[in-house]
Amino acid sequence: MDVKDIIKPENLVYSKSKVLTDTIMHYCPGCSHGVVHKLLAEVIEEMGIQDKTIGVSPVGCAVFAYKYINIDWQQAAHGRAPALATATKRLYPDKYVVAYQGDGDLASIGTAEIMHACNRGENIVVIFINNAIYGMTGGQMAPTTLLGMKTATTPYGRRADLNGYPLKITELIAQLEGTCYVTRQSVQNPGSVRKTKKAIRKALENSAQKKGTSFVEIVSACNSNWKMTPVQANKWMEENMFPFYPLGDIKDR
Amino acid sequence: MAFKGAIVVDIERCKGCSVCVVNCPTQTIALAKKVNSKGYPYSYMENPDNCTGCGNCATVCPDSVITVYRVKI
Amino acid sequence: MAEKLLKKGNEAIALAAIRYGADGYFGYPITPQSEVMETLMEEMPWETTGMVVLQAESETSSINMLYGGACCGKKVMTSSSSPGISLMCEGMSYMAGAELPCLVVNVIRGGPGLGTIQPAQGDYFQAVKGGGHGDYKIIVLAPASVQEMYDFVGLGFDLAFKYRNPVMILSDGAIGQMMEKVELREPVRRLTDQEIVEKYGHWATVGKPASRNGNIISSLSLAATEMEAINLRLQEKYQTIRENEVRFEKTMCDDAEYMLVAFGSSARICESTLEIAREKGIRMGLLRPITLFPFPEKAIQQTLPQLKGIMSVELNAGQMVEDVRLAVNGTVPVEFYGRMGGSIFSPEEIFGAFSKKFNL
Repeated sequence: MDVKDIIKPENLVYSKSKVLTDTIMHYCPGCSHGVVHKLLAEVIEEMGIQDKTIGVSPVGCAVFAYKYINIDWQQAAHGRAPALATATKRLYPDKYVVAYQGDGDLASIGTAEIMHACNRGENIVVIFINNAIYGMTGGQMAPTTLLGMKTATTPYGRRADLNGYPLKITELIAQLEGTCYVTRQSVQNPGSVRKTKKAIRKALENSAQKKGTSFVEIVSACNSNWKMTPVQANKWMEENMFPFYPLGDIKDR
Repeated sequence: MAFKGAIVVDIERCKGCSVCVVNCPTQTIALAKKVNSKGYPYSYMENPDNCTGCGNCATVCPDSVITVYRVKI
Repeated sequence: MAEKLLKKGNEAIALAAIRYGADGYFGYPITPQSEVMETLMEEMPWETTGMVVLQAESETSSINMLYGGACCGKKVMTSSSSPGISLMCEGMSYMAGAELPCLVVNVIRGGPGLGTIQPAQGDYFQAVKGGGHGDYKIIVLAPASVQEMYDFVGLGFDLAFKYRNPVMILSDGAIGQMMEKVELREPVRRLTDQEIVEKYGHWATVGKPASRNGNIISSLSLAATEMEAINLRLQEKYQTIRENEVRFEKTMCDDAEYMLVAFGSSARICESTLEIAREKGIRMGLLRPITLFPFPEKAIQQTLPQLKGIMSVELNAGQMVEDVRLAVNGTVPVEFYGRMGGSIFSPEEIFGAFSKKFNL
């Protein structure tokens, strides 16, 4: 069968979500952010909630999430997305409110905001990208940087005596009464992408059922700042990040 | 049941990250020798006969550049 | 007959918030203004008007809750005192940059640092000159009575939405804590979500209908030319505010040879100083700026031909006096008298300082 005979509208099985804009993402080639953006857009499209979803973008690489997912967006100050999301959800209880944050934003400067929003059980969705490094500012140590990992501010590797330990904030979040669903996923292969999509969908459904805060960590690769190719970075992530940040549901009630 | 598939790559949006290449179970996809206007070598069907239209490439693509078609044979 | 109550300034703020149709209050306890949130929690407006009241984990979080609420086109406010306002300055800069309406009440205490819980006016510069980073202005209202605490909540929200800009009520521990008669105005009902979509749906994050692309609220623009254009637009707005929104009160200025300039609780005390001066045959007047930004510089300039001297009276080391001197531009001597750190002057003390400075 000729390719031309296959490429016909009736044979279409997958195309770019209509909730994504046509703007080319500024992310580096192979960046996990792009996959997660796509999944969020697809879930919003499949649930038919484009008109009811309000996003809050962080400071960091995902600051420009608002250029790529065609919903209403608020761009928060560094670490404060859960505060914006709290007010938005309280003032519009029937909307879906998604805070999208990176590890520096959520697990360092914004620890107070994320802990308290989760502890209050705000009916919001938090998507947490953990790539163990500050991406936008050029590869400095993040709270989640692994011991021994070289970054711009730990050029000889992270040392516990100098830099403290990597923070498993998701495990802390899971202990808070206000959270209903806390999971850790990844997006480096088709199977993991499908699981992450299910997790994002579940989180949004929880929000509609007012079950509390849903928190989806996505262990991600930052190949540029890890100084690897995208394919090498995904492999390095599997070998080094997953043992310390094990995948799976930590809490689901 | 067997499937025959094909993909269409939005060449100008492709950044040549290769994640689709390594995740293709039938070795259909490769990076082109040519580059797009941004200078990225883009992915394409090097072995179109192999494609089953499974969609794994599109699933992992960070830039949503791959459209997938599939027919039953 | 409108209902009249005996209330603290802080309580008046809370009652006004409910009656002026506020959608949300987000705050963090700090003396001397904690009665604002305490009163709101007692009143339980979520049961009546549907207003949201939330105790946040910090002032940083409070102001960012305002950011989120303001993005939604909702009438949102917070209150705090000096150290808490310092934490909020980043958020106010963001909100000014993103052109968002909100109301912030600062019941000033003595500083710097943790300072004291007694009244002061040491945050004039912070309120009027920026406080946070970047070239921005917020509209600053200075109440001198419990009634004005109440009324300026309504005025503040009106100005915030008229100009899509943060507004601050700059009060102090004296006005916040003192009890006076306050007349409750006719209640204004909250806008419905549908009304908000109709009025503010072209910019607010209310959920994207199929008819438009997503609204984006951000203060970020990485291209220098775009960022400059945003700055120019903001400066144009601030100029419009300067031209249209100056408010002040003149007392006994018609025949005055000497004029005191004072705001808030200082102005209340200066009213008694006028009586002392007049009894001694000194023709003294008082100009009370009600808006600190925009500053009533033209009102000051108009009085200059008849004046022999001006004294700015403030509960700080001399902050507003700089704006008075800019307005006067050297044509008349401008003196200053102030107390700091929670200490308050008496009317006699002010008169004594005035007599000494002008050799009367």
